[in-house]
Amino acid sequence: MLKVRDLVVAYGGIEALKGISVDVPDGQIVTLIGANGAGKSTLLRTIMGLVKPRSGSVEYNEENIKDLNSQHIVSRGITLVPEGRRVFPNLTVLENLRIGAYLRKDEEGIAKDIKRIYELFPRLEERNWQMAGTLSGGEQQMLALGRALMSRPKLIMMDEPSLGLAPLVIKDIFNIIRRINESGTTVLLVEQNANMALKVAHHAYVLETGRIKTEGSGRELLENEEIKEAYLGKKKK
Amino acid sequence: MELFQAITNMTAVSFAQHMVNGISLGSLYALIAIGYTMVYGILLMINFAHADIVMMACYFALFGITTFHIPWYLTFILTIAATALLGVIIERSAYRPLRDAPKNSVLISAIGASFLLENLANYLFSGRPLHFPDIPFLSSMIDLNGIQVQAICLFIPVVTLACLFLLLHIVNHTKTGMAMRAVSKDYEIARVMGVNIDNIISITFAIGSALAAIGAIMWGIRYPGITPYLGVMPGLKCFIAAVVGGIGNIKGAVIGGFILGLGEILIVAFFPQFSGYRDAFAFIMLLLILFYKPTGLLGEKMTEKV
Repeated sequence: MLKVRDLVVAYGGIEALKGISVDVPDGQIVTLIGANGAGKSTLLRTIMGLVKPRSGSVEYNEENIKDLNSQHIVSRGITLVPEGRRVFPNLTVLENLRIGAYLRKDEEGIAKDIKRIYELFPRLEERNWQMAGTLSGGEQQMLALGRALMSRPKLIMMDEPSLGLAPLVIKDIFNIIRRINESGTTVLLVEQNANMALKVAHHAYVLETGRIKTEGSGRELLENEEIKEAYLGKKKK
Repeated sequence: MELFQAITNMTAVSFAQHMVNGISLGSLYALIAIGYTMVYGILLMINFAHADIVMMACYFALFGITTFHIPWYLTFILTIAATALLGVIIERSAYRPLRDAPKNSVLISAIGASFLLENLANYLFSGRPLHFPDIPFLSSMIDLNGIQVQAICLFIPVVTLACLFLLLHIVNHTKTGMAMRAVSKDYEIARVMGVNIDNIISITFAIGSALAAIGAIMWGIRYPGITPYLGVMPGLKCFIAAVVGGIGNIKGAVIGGFILGLGEILIVAFFPQFSGYRDAFAFIMLLLILFYKPTGLLGEKMTEKV
């Protein structure tokens, strides 16, 4: 289980996170919603070790991972599906999956997982040898998800997986997120599509300019009037 | 008309002679250009010290044979290893501390590293040209149906192509090569995949420097006057070769190297009156390519890395 406590992250003089605490219990889907610039991505990047926090702590299974390099954080079983997908455009689809398993040595297990991911995303198998840069946005998002799964994560963090995708594809992606979770992987999901995110989430946090504004179960927040108005685009009665 | 006359005046034998010279010079440029293009591909910087790594490799080989009396074949292997190590040391001490600094700072550090190596060589080995030792067979002249060539000239293109194929295999078909390509596009996400990017960058410098050493040894046998500044002009030309071929592209660097080497030799051959301008050829090529195809022959559009 992931425990973030009083995390402060600053870029130059500007604090992007002003002391936030988040819990992600094993086996759950936890979502963070909030507007642009609320600090959602910063939180994920800090957990991943790409940004060093000014203060606070990040604990994963009782170990402080705040000062570890990304490489060591990956080896603890955490991975990130980055915002904007960021597949390697100059690598083939297959190579993108293989690099997801970079730290693994079990060739057999890797081959098995590639097969499993191709079953999950048949479109990717058809494009096995294509450069990832030639894929459509939705296919790239599937590849980014598949690539992350290749490390056999215990905790998968996703940054705006629905961004820029067609509604039908978004539905697919959320179905897959649910399936990933049902197979035992913990999910920390950052989304602007609050409606979809709250529907799949066990627990949700609302971020506003670097602070946690409110939290609750997905259903609670879906019915919260203030949230409805601010994030779900529904008027108060 | 003048060109026509120049061509008809040339016999088949002397044309073949010039081709051999041009191909071997082009191969040497290609080997050195690969180092520039690999480092640029991964760090988006011009490694100005690369030219001086070539120079140091010449001295390593020279002293290994003359001062330490190590057999030449063993010396060559040691030289390649030592030069690879030198490349890695330069990266660690001059470039790595500036990993998060603006690109210009790294560039200036590269110029500093280059000056340091040149002056260090000047101080340690003196500025007087030293003679690269003759290598049995490789240094000797052989006669091929009237074409006089130094034996090494026949080996240079073969060695270069062998290195190229080996390198392309590493880059395209090994896990390390895959990581190199990934780091060159997006080092942050490569890190998230668990790639140790510092290691990958070190490996890149080691490979580039090892190829430079192979080029330097053959350069020394072919052009045996070794001075602390011998790398400067070839270094510039090889950088241009990398740009002409499309910087960041390994095959492009090799093609650029051959174009520059062959062009330089053939211009002198056909127009002896221009022989004083032979060094200018590379720079004219640079201007032409920047004018008509700034991405280089095989280059792709580079987007600035964030």
